[in-house]
Amino acid sequence: MLELIRRKMKFQREADPNWAVELGKRPGCERIFACIQCGTCSGTCPLSIYMDFTPRKIIALVREGFRNDALSSQTIWLCASCYSCAVHCPQNVRITEVMYVLKREAIKHHLYPKRFPIPVLAQEFYEMVRRRGRNSEFWLVLRMALKTSPLSLLRLARPGWELIRTGRLSLRRERVRRGFELERELASTREVI
Amino acid sequence: MSHDAPPRRRGYLYFPGCSLKATGVAYEESLQELFRLLEISLEELEDWNCCGATAYMSIDEGAAFLLSARNLSLARRTGFRDLLAPCSACYLALKKTQDYVQRHPTVREEITGSLRRAGLEELDSIRVRHPLEVLYHDVGLERLRERVVRRWRGGPLACYYGCQAVRPYDEVDVPYNPTRMDELLEAVGVPTVDFALKTKCCGGSLTGTIHEVGLRLNYILLKEAARKGAEAIVTICPLCQFNLDAYQAEIRRSAREPVDLPILYFTQVLGWALGGEFKALGLHRAISGGPFLKRWFTARAEVETYV
Repeated sequence: MLELIRRKMKFQREADPNWAVELGKRPGCERIFACIQCGTCSGTCPLSIYMDFTPRKIIALVREGFRNDALSSQTIWLCASCYSCAVHCPQNVRITEVMYVLKREAIKHHLYPKRFPIPVLAQEFYEMVRRRGRNSEFWLVLRMALKTSPLSLLRLARPGWELIRTGRLSLRRERVRRGFELERELASTREVI
Repeated sequence: MSHDAPPRRRGYLYFPGCSLKATGVAYEESLQELFRLLEISLEELEDWNCCGATAYMSIDEGAAFLLSARNLSLARRTGFRDLLAPCSACYLALKKTQDYVQRHPTVREEITGSLRRAGLEELDSIRVRHPLEVLYHDVGLERLRERVVRRWRGGPLACYYGCQAVRPYDEVDVPYNPTRMDELLEAVGVPTVDFALKTKCCGGSLTGTIHEVGLRLNYILLKEAARKGAEAIVTICPLCQFNLDAYQAEIRRSAREPVDLPILYFTQVLGWALGGEFKALGLHRAISGGPFLKRWFTARAEVETYV
């Protein structure tokens, strides 16, 4: 899943410092300008070895205003939200929350890496819960596999059988009974999609 | 809309979430059995909705908070003081919503406005709790110790805390070095190993998206637990349990590592020590070590006859 090596040098004219300032006002991003680039986040991150930019580099890109590089990175989607960086950061930068803000920006501006399964899963999950109020694991996995790589269903055959054998695979399509109130709540905030 | 608090009720309200009704059903079964053995009432929140997990937060923050807000406001109507969220993702979603509503006026305005339009109440006053911390604080080590009826004769187990229950909020345990599950297990006579990776992430849904990376994270956990001499890994989250359990055979093949560890819920181990039955605790639902797990457990426990 690793992409081609990118150019490493950035030019200032590609940056949009105003974007960084605006982003810094969002809940969760207040401390980005306090980052001292120590790299504790990248060191403690279980996924940094798979990322195109380490968390430290993402913070650096963001606060200089390199919007497109940050938003189209795989890093923000590889982040599993384990909050290890956030609790270890000596400057209390809430890095995990910054990643969430970036994910939402990437979705909003369609800048996420195409055919990358993680944003696809997020959107399938979102749609299912928005419509039914609950997530049905089996149907979610099936939909996602069909959308990204149908061949991966073969790989799921064995764990799938084990789940059936142990009574852990539910085919029920769950939903909330009083869905209307949830729908109304969500409708009043639906600004992104 | 009424702001009067409903009459206070004893026991705990319980928010299962999607996993505990499907792949994590053994967690629900063992939690209910354990609370029954402890004679504490546990009632499911009626008509709960999905917590939104990490996916919702990645798409639409406002909608993500509203999902939790609906659950919190339904919970508030019941009169219970505590809402138990056994799944780490559910726990964090609820907790974070309360935190953001309190900390950020813009979020508060948006949420309370929407709740009012939907005819729901405010989400203050209900306490979001994880069963680990409830067992540690409200039940206590002493009360657990008194109720033990089976003595553990097996080797030590590795307590795995994972991520979102212990981070970023510190009410369940110390984020850097949680020990309460170890203390609970040792209180009922089950020894534990010093598991250095106890808060290292299992990758969550990565096993379903970037499969190889997800497998790798779980492989590291399994290998380290085996190296420390643990006979099983004990978890507090349905996703950690699922990843380590359901993909273990594949990890064994792809990493050529002969790891074969049962992956249990801490409620199963505690319930077993307190006299819970194998099936009632959902132990028959384990995949790794599954067919032999009954014999495995029987060999490791000595039923004491005194009362």
